[in-house]
Amino acid sequence: MMKKKLLSAVLGAAMAASLLTGCGGSESSQTEAPAADTKTEETAAADTAAKTEGAETETAGETASTGTGKVYYLNFKPEAAQQWEDLAAKYTEETGVEVSVQTAASGTYESTLKSEMAKSEAPTLFQVNGPVGLATWKDYCYDLSGSEVYAQLKSDDFALKDGDEVKGIAYVVETYGIIYNADILNDYFTKDYAVVKSVDEINSFDSLKAVADSIQENADDLGVKGAFTSAGMDSSSDWRFKTHLANLPIYYEYQADGIGSTEAIKGTYLENYKNIWDLYITDSVCAPSLLSSKTGEDATAEFALGEAVFYQNGTWAYTDLSDNGMADESLGMLPIYIGAEGEENQGLCTGSENYWCVNKNASAEDIQATLDFLNWCVTSYDGCDTLAYTMGFVCPFKEFDNYPAANPLVNIANDYVSSGKTSVAWTFTTMPSENWKNVLGSALLEYAQGTGDWAAVETAFVDGWASEYAAANN
Amino acid sequence: MEKAIKRYFPIFALPTLLAFTIGFILPFILGVYLSFCEFTTVTDARFVGLKNYIRIWGDSTFIHSLWYTALFTIVSVLAINILAFAVAMLLTKGIKGTNLFRTVFFMPNLIGGIILGYIWQLILNGVLAYWERTLTYNSAYGFWGLVILMCWQQVGYMMIIYIAGIQNIPGDLIEAAKIDGANNRQLLRHVTLPMVMPSITICSFLTLTNSFKLFDQNLALTAGEPSNKSEMLALNIYNTFYGRNGWEGVGQAKAVIFFILVAVIAVIQLRATRDKEVQA
Repeated sequence: MMKKKLLSAVLGAAMAASLLTGCGGSESSQTEAPAADTKTEETAAADTAAKTEGAETETAGETASTGTGKVYYLNFKPEAAQQWEDLAAKYTEETGVEVSVQTAASGTYESTLKSEMAKSEAPTLFQVNGPVGLATWKDYCYDLSGSEVYAQLKSDDFALKDGDEVKGIAYVVETYGIIYNADILNDYFTKDYAVVKSVDEINSFDSLKAVADSIQENADDLGVKGAFTSAGMDSSSDWRFKTHLANLPIYYEYQADGIGSTEAIKGTYLENYKNIWDLYITDSVCAPSLLSSKTGEDATAEFALGEAVFYQNGTWAYTDLSDNGMADESLGMLPIYIGAEGEENQGLCTGSENYWCVNKNASAEDIQATLDFLNWCVTSYDGCDTLAYTMGFVCPFKEFDNYPAANPLVNIANDYVSSGKTSVAWTFTTMPSENWKNVLGSALLEYAQGTGDWAAVETAFVDGWASEYAAANN
Repeated sequence: MEKAIKRYFPIFALPTLLAFTIGFILPFILGVYLSFCEFTTVTDARFVGLKNYIRIWGDSTFIHSLWYTALFTIVSVLAINILAFAVAMLLTKGIKGTNLFRTVFFMPNLIGGIILGYIWQLILNGVLAYWERTLTYNSAYGFWGLVILMCWQQVGYMMIIYIAGIQNIPGDLIEAAKIDGANNRQLLRHVTLPMVMPSITICSFLTLTNSFKLFDQNLALTAGEPSNKSEMLALNIYNTFYGRNGWEGVGQAKAVIFFILVAVIAVIQLRATRDKEVQA
């Protein structure tokens, strides 16, 4: 009887112990504490000599890892995901510092960041999209004003400041507009139904609409399916319209009122927004009722295959387009004309919504490692070469003067600036919240497919702005 | 012996209890606490009292998703259980190839919700393309798409439970009813149904809670489009928590209300069906 009892007690204890160890082991990736606990227990069970030895190795291991620090970059740009990973691997090879790069899927950066930041292994390097994004994350941002990478910045315009502190640094300046297929457009100019004879004559909303309408009408003759690529409202593509296209009515309203941000938008240029949106969905390769499931890849493919002439997107689209077989010389870019006064001098939309921020709550070693990594990216040959040529970025750092852009879309953008056109600023960084964009996007889609009316877009744009601004600033 | 069990109870129960505490009770308590807080990440919460619970009612999408979910639950519980029972009846009649059919019907259950969602999105969009429509054109498409998807996934599983129930009916009971002159309809109404009542309890409980908590399939099939109109409760909570800055606590408060709702409904349902169970 006694034996049995003893046996069951031992068995029970063994079971409990194995379970505990199991727990500790599987949890170690989440939190360090339980694993460390088990370790202490095990050491306690062993004899004194082994204990000292174990403790020694542990301390040694710790110093080795804390001496270097590591970098964890949560990348915003899916189109450059692979390139960042390659660059990180190169840096690790060169310096031995561990750099891991995670990329959030299109449209999920904020949610990914939110869950990653709550972990004990939080990103040391992350991105915010401008002043509104900074408002959420400023308590997590390390002051970069004394850093080497800030000193490399060409101008203070590219720094995101909160009072005197530099919280974010723009690392890429981008430009968007209406990308066109020059081959098809030149072919169109030779036809007798062409309403203009050269691309220079497309300098207003009216001429753009006239050209698009006549291309749509003669689509079969030109061998295209439509004038514009599908204005897909899937989350991989809807930001082109609810954010980038919406920038224009906001920009012109700010210009007219002489302001740089507002707590209540008036919607002065909403009629123009409607006109350009109508143009996108009417002179298109697909029926408006299909837009809800069209993706960004669909639009890229349609454009690269020559099924459409116009494609609203930016300099970042170059890698995707050339991967899909577009030749550099067939690419051109037009400003997005919406019919505002003085738009014949309007250039492309240029700005940044990519600001590097360093996590203040990371350990001092990790912060240092991150700063070193950033500095390496913008000063070393490997870093600059990758950023400028493999990723095709225009970076506002001093060293990049030695790396002239190879991206033809960037060169087109530069030509617009040098020919004296006024660039349109990225005012969409002042949009009150992500939710504002989402509601606007849904309203645009419903209007496009005919299940909603334009009034809903107006409500989302004007009333939504006021209520979201109030909610965000309370 | 009983004494021994009592004495060693802690040793045997401790591992499970510990796992349950770490994996369920602690997160649950933390979750309830967070619903009274404002925070950006869950580690920097600041107590604000009932503010989040008040803000919920200013969010029209929550009320909409509540009704949408309730409607979906009613339709899918009925559809799944009726279909599953019908299939189970057919496959207990000794038709040729019964085992093959049972396997085939059960198989969709082995595929994860996200994958199922995308597969059905492709299929349904392909069909709807004929009329130049997509699933997200109108929330009604999303609704029926989701019902079809859930039926396809769950009918097989519930069918297995019903088959077990039907096979458990003693043969002499049916024989006695037949000798008494009962026709097929009477047999079903007065013998089979009362006898499989325990299975009905289980199946309706499973389908009810599954439909109410539905997330993956909803996310993959429509993601709540258009304009959050096909968004069910779980997805609404997720979107509030992750999609809106400054609304994390509200999402958490919604989750607490959601928990209470599911618990209350499940208890009521269990009571209601249990009462109808009979002993042979």
